[in-house]
Amino acid sequence: MVTGFTQKESAFAVTQDGFYGEFGGAFIPEMLYANVEEIRRKYMEIMGDTQFQTEFRDLLKHYVGRPSPLYRADNLSKLLGFTVYLKREDLNHTGAHKINNTIGQILLARRLGKKRIIAETGAGQHGVATATVCALAGLECVVYMGAVDIERQAPNVARMKMLGAKVIPAESGSKTLKDATNEAIRDWINHAENTHYIIGSAIGPHPYPDMVPRFQSVISEEIQWQLQEQTGRDYPDYVIACVGGGSNAAGAFYHYLDDQRVKLVLAEAAGKGIDSGHSAATSILGSKGIIHGCMTLLMQNEDGQIMEPYSLSAGLDYPGIGPLHAHLIRTGRAEVHPATDDEAMDAVIQLARTEGIIPALETAHALAVLRLNAGPDAVAVLCLSGRGDKDLNTYLTYIEQHKIEL
Amino acid sequence: MQTIRESILKKGRDVLNIYFTAGYPGPEDTVEIIRLLEAHGADLIELGMPYSDPLADGQTIQRSSEKALKNGMNIRKLFSQVAQAVNTTSIPVIMMGYYNQMLQYGAESFVLDASAAGIRGMIIPDLPMEIFEQEYQSLFESCGMEISFLVTPLTSEERIRKAADLSSAFLYVVSQSAITGQQGAFSEDQIRYFQRIESMHLSTPVLIGFGIHNAETRAIACRHAHGVIIGSAFIRALEAEGSLEDKVENFMQSIR
Repeated sequence: MVTGFTQKESAFAVTQDGFYGEFGGAFIPEMLYANVEEIRRKYMEIMGDTQFQTEFRDLLKHYVGRPSPLYRADNLSKLLGFTVYLKREDLNHTGAHKINNTIGQILLARRLGKKRIIAETGAGQHGVATATVCALAGLECVVYMGAVDIERQAPNVARMKMLGAKVIPAESGSKTLKDATNEAIRDWINHAENTHYIIGSAIGPHPYPDMVPRFQSVISEEIQWQLQEQTGRDYPDYVIACVGGGSNAAGAFYHYLDDQRVKLVLAEAAGKGIDSGHSAATSILGSKGIIHGCMTLLMQNEDGQIMEPYSLSAGLDYPGIGPLHAHLIRTGRAEVHPATDDEAMDAVIQLARTEGIIPALETAHALAVLRLNAGPDAVAVLCLSGRGDKDLNTYLTYIEQHKIEL
Repeated sequence: MQTIRESILKKGRDVLNIYFTAGYPGPEDTVEIIRLLEAHGADLIELGMPYSDPLADGQTIQRSSEKALKNGMNIRKLFSQVAQAVNTTSIPVIMMGYYNQMLQYGAESFVLDASAAGIRGMIIPDLPMEIFEQEYQSLFESCGMEISFLVTPLTSEERIRKAADLSSAFLYVVSQSAITGQQGAFSEDQIRYFQRIESMHLSTPVLIGFGIHNAETRAIACRHAHGVIIGSAFIRALEAEGSLEDKVENFMQSIR
């Protein structure tokens, strides 16, 4: 079986020149052209190769621990009044969905003959997943991470270092994911010939917004057969995922993009509230423009200066959104609901107490919008994209500050 | 009035294009710096529109952009400063910025307003050549706005020819695969790359930029092209203490 190739022609597939409707493309300086063009020319052929697929599948199974369980969360379902399944990406090796993509891209980098790997990271999950596959492949690894994020995701910084990666703080701008991405792109310009850039989100110049979802599409592929096994039907009524750049959402939606029976729901980080001036709710606060090489929705001022987003969650603290997602939102295929820091924190505690699972703060935003207006027969699948170990400091500080009794 | 292209071809060699960020170091310094640069021998001015996320730029230009934005610089102010500067300046002013800035302003008004302000050329490093051809070339031509595209050591010969054909002002030869602000001598590989472009006998004039930071790198680059573009080194000079007059004069001396 070939990841991302099992689908018949999708109405949401990328065009030849990298667009999803009005979004996408490759708006990059010439200094990046050769690199991006090389990947664009080769990625489909490499990913379609049988040997590649065998290696990819093999690592996902024996190294990552896939398939990840699809768990019917009965306690949560009882609370909500409809059936909720959790797709347990948090149980993957390294604790999140991010590794699905880094496994794929490290195999690609090897076939491109690259010796050095760079990555950006927000919450540190993608950084850890990249450092992990670099250790596995014996390749040099440099991870750019916003100085603010280094503070709030200390456990992941330590893990990356343990794994042999060099973590470089991004000190420009808001010192978060956007700035880490800028620094990674500049590094790539400076090391164009020997370096592969493993982007972790469904963002960046074409073909990244197509390639990353293809690697992540193993999520929806598994949901299909797991649901079939458990319910006798291979599709749910809802798929819900959080969105920063959009990699776990893209992976969870992938095989359902053209299936109109399935409602696609995105949860965005509203930070302290949509109108608070401290938010990362791109689809509401954003407008069409260019960020990190693609045309998409982003938070910017009238002069096109990119605004500094805010979310308690380092993984959703990004002023843009993947171009595929922008297209899904603009065409009405997906709906977006904002969730504030507080709502996400309530959801963290609720899931811990009802199901015995401490989710990542990013994932908690998806849990926070789960109060769907759904009937008792409805089936919802929520992508539990990551586990909360990395967020314990944030959680404990929040609990203390808000005088929440445990 | 001469076009940028004509003025480069007329001088023929040692053309000096100096970049600085509009609104830096002070919000109202733009006009004065343009005047001083012309008085001290610059042939072209490349005025940077400060941007929040300048992907192709190193720390020096990032710093100047951040400062300029804090100084309240924006595109309308930049246009009005240029309109003021061109009253007393005869050398062409080119504008360098990122495509998102042009899009948010409204691409057509952006080009028309820039032209009305007296800006003669543009460099937009993340505007793909294909999109320029499809969407903007006729607009640029209709108001006499010239444009320059970038090529790097990794650009194929076919693509270099395409960039040269589309560049109505000059071809911007990026000296190495790197962001702006590198310091050091040119390697043999870089010289071979300059020679490779020379041997293509392009009809478009060629300026070399990125990493030109002193008299020596300038002189070497000028042997292989019509001239050079200097940016980060000049911003670093502006960062120093002293009057604008002294800083510009000393810098222009230092690269002679």
